[in-house]
Amino acid sequence: MADTILKELTLKIWRQKDAKSKGGFETYKVRDISTGTSFLEMLDILNEQLVSENREPVAFDHDCREGICGTCSLFIDGRAHGPDDDVTTCQLHMRRFKEGATITIEPWRSGAFPVIKDLIVDRHAFEKIQQAGGYVSVNTGGVPDGNTIPIANDKAEEAMDAAACIGCGACVATCKNSSAMLYVAAKVSQFALLPQGKIEAARRAKAMVAKMDELGFGNCTNTGACESECPKSISIEHIARLNREYIKAKLKD
Amino acid sequence: MSNFLTSSIGKKVVMSLSGLFLIMFLCVHLALNLLLIFDNSGELFNHGAHFMATNPLIKIVEPVLALGFIIHMVWACVLTVQNQKARPSGYKKSSQSGNATWPSRNMFILGGVILIFLGIHLYNFWWNIKFPELGTPLSMIEIDGVEMEDTYTLVVGLFRSSICYCLLYILGAIFLGLHLSHGFWSAFQSIGFSNQIWRKRLEFVAYLFAVVIGAGFAIIPVYFLVGLGN
Amino acid sequence: MSVLDAKIPAGPLKDKWANHKAHIHVVSPANKKKLDVIIVGTGLAGGSAAASLAELGYNVTAFCYQDSPRRAHSIAAQGGINAAKNYPNDNDSVFRLFYETVKGGDYRAREANVYRMAEVSGAIIDQCVAQGVPFARDYGGLLDNRSFGGALVSRTFYARGQTGQQLLLGCYSALNRQIQKGKVKVMDRYEVLDVVVVDGKARGVIARDLTTGRIERFGAHAVVLATGGYGNVFFLSTNAMGCNGSAAWHAYKRGAFFGNPCFVQIHPTCIPVHGEQQSKLTLMSESLRNDGRVWVPKKIEDAQKLQAGTLNPNDIPDEDRDFYLERRYPAFGNLVPRDVASRAAKERCDAGFGVNNTGKAVFLDFKYAIQQLGRETIEKRYGNLFQMYEKITAVDPYHNPMMIYPAIHYSMGGLWVDYNLMTTVPGLYAIGECNFSDHGANRLGASALMQGLADGYFILPYTIGDYLAKDIQTPKINTQTPEFEQAEKEVMERLKKLYDIKGTKSPDHFHKHLGHIMWDYIGMAREEKGLEKAIGMIADLKEEFYKELRVTGEFSAMNNELEKASRVADFIELAALMARDALDRKESCGGHFRLESSTEEGEAKRDDEHYKYVSVWEYEGEEKAPKLHKEELVFENVELAQRSYK
Repeated sequence: MADTILKELTLKIWRQKDAKSKGGFETYKVRDISTGTSFLEMLDILNEQLVSENREPVAFDHDCREGICGTCSLFIDGRAHGPDDDVTTCQLHMRRFKEGATITIEPWRSGAFPVIKDLIVDRHAFEKIQQAGGYVSVNTGGVPDGNTIPIANDKAEEAMDAAACIGCGACVATCKNSSAMLYVAAKVSQFALLPQGKIEAARRAKAMVAKMDELGFGNCTNTGACESECPKSISIEHIARLNREYIKAKLKD
Repeated sequence: MSNFLTSSIGKKVVMSLSGLFLIMFLCVHLALNLLLIFDNSGELFNHGAHFMATNPLIKIVEPVLALGFIIHMVWACVLTVQNQKARPSGYKKSSQSGNATWPSRNMFILGGVILIFLGIHLYNFWWNIKFPELGTPLSMIEIDGVEMEDTYTLVVGLFRSSICYCLLYILGAIFLGLHLSHGFWSAFQSIGFSNQIWRKRLEFVAYLFAVVIGAGFAIIPVYFLVGLGN
Repeated sequence: MSVLDAKIPAGPLKDKWANHKAHIHVVSPANKKKLDVIIVGTGLAGGSAAASLAELGYNVTAFCYQDSPRRAHSIAAQGGINAAKNYPNDNDSVFRLFYETVKGGDYRAREANVYRMAEVSGAIIDQCVAQGVPFARDYGGLLDNRSFGGALVSRTFYARGQTGQQLLLGCYSALNRQIQKGKVKVMDRYEVLDVVVVDGKARGVIARDLTTGRIERFGAHAVVLATGGYGNVFFLSTNAMGCNGSAAWHAYKRGAFFGNPCFVQIHPTCIPVHGEQQSKLTLMSESLRNDGRVWVPKKIEDAQKLQAGTLNPNDIPDEDRDFYLERRYPAFGNLVPRDVASRAAKERCDAGFGVNNTGKAVFLDFKYAIQQLGRETIEKRYGNLFQMYEKITAVDPYHNPMMIYPAIHYSMGGLWVDYNLMTTVPGLYAIGECNFSDHGANRLGASALMQGLADGYFILPYTIGDYLAKDIQTPKINTQTPEFEQAEKEVMERLKKLYDIKGTKSPDHFHKHLGHIMWDYIGMAREEKGLEKAIGMIADLKEEFYKELRVTGEFSAMNNELEKASRVADFIELAALMARDALDRKESCGGHFRLESSTEEGEAKRDDEHYKYVSVWEYEGEEKAPKLHKEELVFENVELAQRSYK
């Protein structure tokens, strides 16, 4: 339980100057890292060290560092968000690593997520999918009182399970097919479960799936890898619901 | 229904439905094959084989079955190529073993191996039965006054003559079982037939089914290998 | 009349907003299409404003430094959102929410603004439900409520421990709908570095494309800042790593006055600092205080053993535990407002009763709640928070008490705005945490979400029309003018100056140093000597910063170090203003605790006679001290009283 010190760690990190350049791995050493340090704090320490050597620090995405904004990514030692379950990279702590370990750090890899720099990838594809239909078409104002739309507790809970998606992209990164089905399913399923979203359910499912396909994500083969690497443990049962919603919608066409 | 078949979910539905269709075929096939070990005289099996060869309904289903196979394979190839293209540069280090089962990650390879097995299998039996004039002609036998091909002797002869064949068949059955261990429940998932409750049930049934089919097909060569046949 | 005109409408409090809305100008639908609005920040305030304005027909350009609007730090709000719905039938009302907010803010907020926020609070819940936000429901399918600090009623709506996330995603979905329609253009991975003022009116911004490093100009008929707070001036805070005060700070330098900069909130329930290498503090939701009991040992020996790690807290019997909040504040107990809870924790730790190795932590214990309600109930209520705690600390809070300590969380201070949410620069608005308006000297829990959405959904869309109605003749703003050119040049020079120092120390080095100064002297307890010392230290730090800074990487490319350097440069200047403001305000109020102004029991002592005003600072140039204006606060509807939660 008490924190100890990891005397030396070797980091193999993907470095890439910009989207057009060819990247490669570089090896760094960090020393005296407390096991209570978070993984990104360890990278902060490395960067501080690089700056002191007048070298360019490693660029990586991060923001809230509380596991909720979905900005941080990183494929660490072969796993999206690293060797811990139900966490984002920012919540991963160094106690998961052993003294003297070599840690391989790569960006998300997917044709739909091109690398921008080092470990930072472009996730605009996710934005486009949401824009295609990830909403309930209501304007501000003129809506009924909140309690006029009763929703069964279990439905609200299930919708919340899906809505917990943070849009980090771990599902795509870990899927052997780079499929974005879990991400799309989370939104479609959330709204399909709620009366507010039901009205547009068919249109939404078709539009979001069409956009997903257009953007070059792979096809889901139900391996379930997304679910086990999802930091918010979103279940692939939502993918089943998406399939259902989509097939239903298409049958009516 | 526009664009349904070219959409990612549509393609999976094709895989799912063709897969489920092939699963039905497997059930019939296994039921028939098991006749081999329930009657050492071979009469039961020969009756079954004769029925399958002569029943008009089966004749109609046969090309449909072939079509099912072809669709399942072609779509699998399309999906696999697309999925490969979705990740142009891969990871240096990837440890997927913890987050998905081996069969689920290797369905295409499993399918490919099964296809090779299927080729050998078709050559051994189907070809000889269907086109006796081109291959080894089958001897004829009369059972209960009906003259029919002695398929039993052909099958049993093959298993008795070569341990290699037996092993090949056992291996084929195992790969088929692995393919089904993911394919069965995945087929239901793809058509949206799964939820919190049904997922667990389907996964259980899938494993059970995979074991029954795999063991069922494997048991036949074993039966003859250990000398239980006459 | 003072230069400050808050434009508070006349008439009784409850009619002010209705009357005001009835009399302000409205832009016709045909004209709205011709008007452009820039919104900086896409959190709850910015996101809701962008969506709502676009729905009305304005052309909106929204900026965020993140890679997606959905990642703004509103997303991290956990506990809930207040609204005076009175669903639980516990005698809540608009007036009670208004009253508790003014009281919670220690009587340093503007009555009319707070009342308006309380008035529209109910509509926010309705709006969010309609968007498909999965709020918690009871078994009859109706909306559920929980309690929060500083309130005597249950008026907090929530979606597990992720209320901010769900509300922001609601807003984000509305925003996406408008992006799809072409009414909103989102400039993500862009950082706004200056506001452009043309003929006395805000007409655009200068922004840096964080991916390419290019500096670009953007013009609009009005500019709305929704950039959140400046808590990161303390380096360690619960804010996201990228949260910064740069856009607001440069707006200040362009003529927008800054209100109450010294009012920052210190949240009592954060995971304690573990070491010098830490970059970020993690908040544990205030909702935990619904069921957790805060304590330290009664005996100093026990505390020392805990600090040495030789005693298990579970082995301390109940009679040897000091539930100091329940002891000191029997009426509110563990649910006293944040400033009170934070100070009480500091008082115990300063007295030597801290419970971890640094002596800077107290316990938040769920043993009693688990005994009473069962583990399952607690798991349902706080499961994700408990999991988060365990991931970070490797301690299981179901079996051991959590350790918590106060940390910087929210800034009540911000750009001064009038009743229309407009700053002192015409056409420049500030909404959400970015402005100073609604929370006085201390914000109540679950009120930040309420304010952000009130401003964005229901207030700005009305008040901005009043200004833009006079601007319908103005064509599209041309950015090829001397004013834009000058502003762009200044931004470029500013960044170039930082880049060219070529010293030896990283931006983080200076940021950490600044954080230490802030925490030690302008943190939970402030006094004259310390503040004067801090002002000197900040000036020294600034000097060293401009001598010793090192920015690696390329200037015109993605460069995180340059981004950090630019933010730290602004934080250093903002820190000086905060110190100056804290020095001026010799009373204690809310989150601002002056050691010189306390009661014998150590409670904060407000001085209404001398400080019943908003400190409003005007920038007078680099070399000159800022000028203090005072907006006298008038309380006609609540009686001023020393806050008591006893």
